[in-house]
Amino acid sequence: MISQILAVAIFVIMFLVIISEKIERHIVTLVSALLTLVLVFGFAMKDFGAIVETLNFGVFIQPHFWYSSGESASVASGINWETIVFILGMMIMVEGMARVGFFRWLCMKIANLVHYKTIPIFITFMLMSAVLAMFIDSITVILFLAAVTVELAGLLKFNPIPMILAEIFCANLGGSATMCGDPPNIIIGTSLGYSFGDFISNTGVVAGIALVFTILYFYLCFRKELSKNENKNTEIKHPDPKDAITDKKGFVLSSLIFALAVVLLVTHSVTGLTVSTIGVLIAVLTLVAAPKHISEMMSKVDFKTLLFFVGLFVVVGGLEQTKCLEAIAAFIEKVSGGNAYMIIFIIIWVSAIASAFVDNIPFAATMIPVISAISASSGMDLKTLAWALSMGTDIGGSATPIGASANVVGISVASREGYIIGWGKYCKASAPATIIVLIISTIYIFVRYL
Amino acid sequence: MSKPLIITVGREFGSGGHVIAEMLANKFGLPLYDSNILEEIATNKNLNHRDIERYDEAPKNKFFTRTVRGHSSSPAEHIAQMQFKYLREKAEKGDSFVVVGRCSETILRGYPGVVSIFVLADKEAKIDRIKNLNKISSIEAEVMINKQDRQRKFYHNYHCAIKWGDSRNYDISINSSKMGIERTADTLEAYIKERMAD
Repeated sequence: MISQILAVAIFVIMFLVIISEKIERHIVTLVSALLTLVLVFGFAMKDFGAIVETLNFGVFIQPHFWYSSGESASVASGINWETIVFILGMMIMVEGMARVGFFRWLCMKIANLVHYKTIPIFITFMLMSAVLAMFIDSITVILFLAAVTVELAGLLKFNPIPMILAEIFCANLGGSATMCGDPPNIIIGTSLGYSFGDFISNTGVVAGIALVFTILYFYLCFRKELSKNENKNTEIKHPDPKDAITDKKGFVLSSLIFALAVVLLVTHSVTGLTVSTIGVLIAVLTLVAAPKHISEMMSKVDFKTLLFFVGLFVVVGGLEQTKCLEAIAAFIEKVSGGNAYMIIFIIIWVSAIASAFVDNIPFAATMIPVISAISASSGMDLKTLAWALSMGTDIGGSATPIGASANVVGISVASREGYIIGWGKYCKASAPATIIVLIISTIYIFVRYL
Repeated sequence: MSKPLIITVGREFGSGGHVIAEMLANKFGLPLYDSNILEEIATNKNLNHRDIERYDEAPKNKFFTRTVRGHSSSPAEHIAQMQFKYLREKAEKGDSFVVVGRCSETILRGYPGVVSIFVLADKEAKIDRIKNLNKISSIEAEVMINKQDRQRKFYHNYHCAIKWGDSRNYDISINSSKMGIERTADTLEAYIKERMAD
């Protein structure tokens, strides 16, 4: 009982301190992790096996960490090193791509292909945002896309806010389509042993359907505002996409590495290469391709986020080892009366509402053991619960300016140029879109899986 | 070329600090920057001033904003940074001006010719002033003063290391209710002239 109280107290205080932003979040989770190891496992449980299991260092020497011939869960509890290694690899690859101007080139190329017409840019940028976010973290996608949107807005005399709001939404939606698109999906996939193919054929289908409605929704919302100056831009000199490329050889190599990463991710259930192996491989290739820029690229990698994950996994491991999460699972089952429709509804909508206000990564990490326990006791297919959790956490974050990292970055890029996006402006456009996509997701899961 | 003179005026709500800043601007023939900074920023960037004015000197709401990798979702924070940038650029160019609030004593510290002032006043004097200016009751005036000063304090203390109103943060702190607004302005004028003579 003491161990449970301590684990919950550490988790709740950690969450509150993260929200307050008084201390950097990776320090908060690492200190909380240390407290979990010492107080929960050491002092209250006196279970040193739980410490070893939670730190999970042994996984690096296990073959299934690098190669897996079938479906296998990465860890039952504790630090999910597969997620950490994969995200590190992707971060290095993305830094390599950013260094050579890949993202800016892609944005400008697409704008160029649609002849710098505002509405076609609006539609294609939404599509590009969703597609890129399937493979690259949504923060990077929005960082570049929003910056180019502001630049084009100045050039073509349109208000960039509607376009940025739509891009943010589509990045979050695209991220839900694949295993590597959004951190909750990476954690769900590696923890429960699901492949890229599993995600794309399940959440990917829902995201695809939802994307059609999303584009239509944003088009209907903003077409008048965006087409105001559509025919007044005939005299403007448009930028050449090639100017975005800072290193031609590096650009070709980065593009090839990105293409390889996509191929490896799409085929990883066939090749048996785990996401950790893919992460290491693309990181090594990126660094070998630009040896002179290794320190530059490594200095830009967001190690703080990786440390945040490490600490978070330990704290969630504390909740799991003390059986706190089983209590939450039992509560959900009790509230739903064991009704599968009700359980799915609760998971999607509670995940969405929570993710609209708090970081969806700790939420998803906490909920994975919960859905595993629900599946074990109710007999429901774990995959169905996982897709519900994925869609709820990934899409719910789109509802408010603080729900997902991409929202914050997009708002910041626009605001720095004076295009202020407050809660009212953001929610007026994105909250209805979130509700539409959540309704589509709920109906889809009900019809396909129940 | 004459030496630059930058007068920064922090103030309690109701102390008459803004009026004193206007008087100093007139006495020294300098432009006055306050909320008009945002009007100029809006004009330069082709923005609608009304979209951004409500975030002027507004404190960051910690529970409704988030920061990710150095990117903040807080409009108030972005507006503040735009104003700070504007003031720094003016100071870099060697311009002379008077600026009211906006953490200017901290933002412009170290630039040549900066004289930082904080104007305070006795509570009763502030209530009287606000009551008469806005034709409201004493209680309403006190509520308004507390609210405005709380906002200014949060706004300032979020962006600056030294607390709002702390005398160590300013070259001179002066209570306007002891000598009245005009004589306070005269005293400050004399002080600034002495400083300029150095």
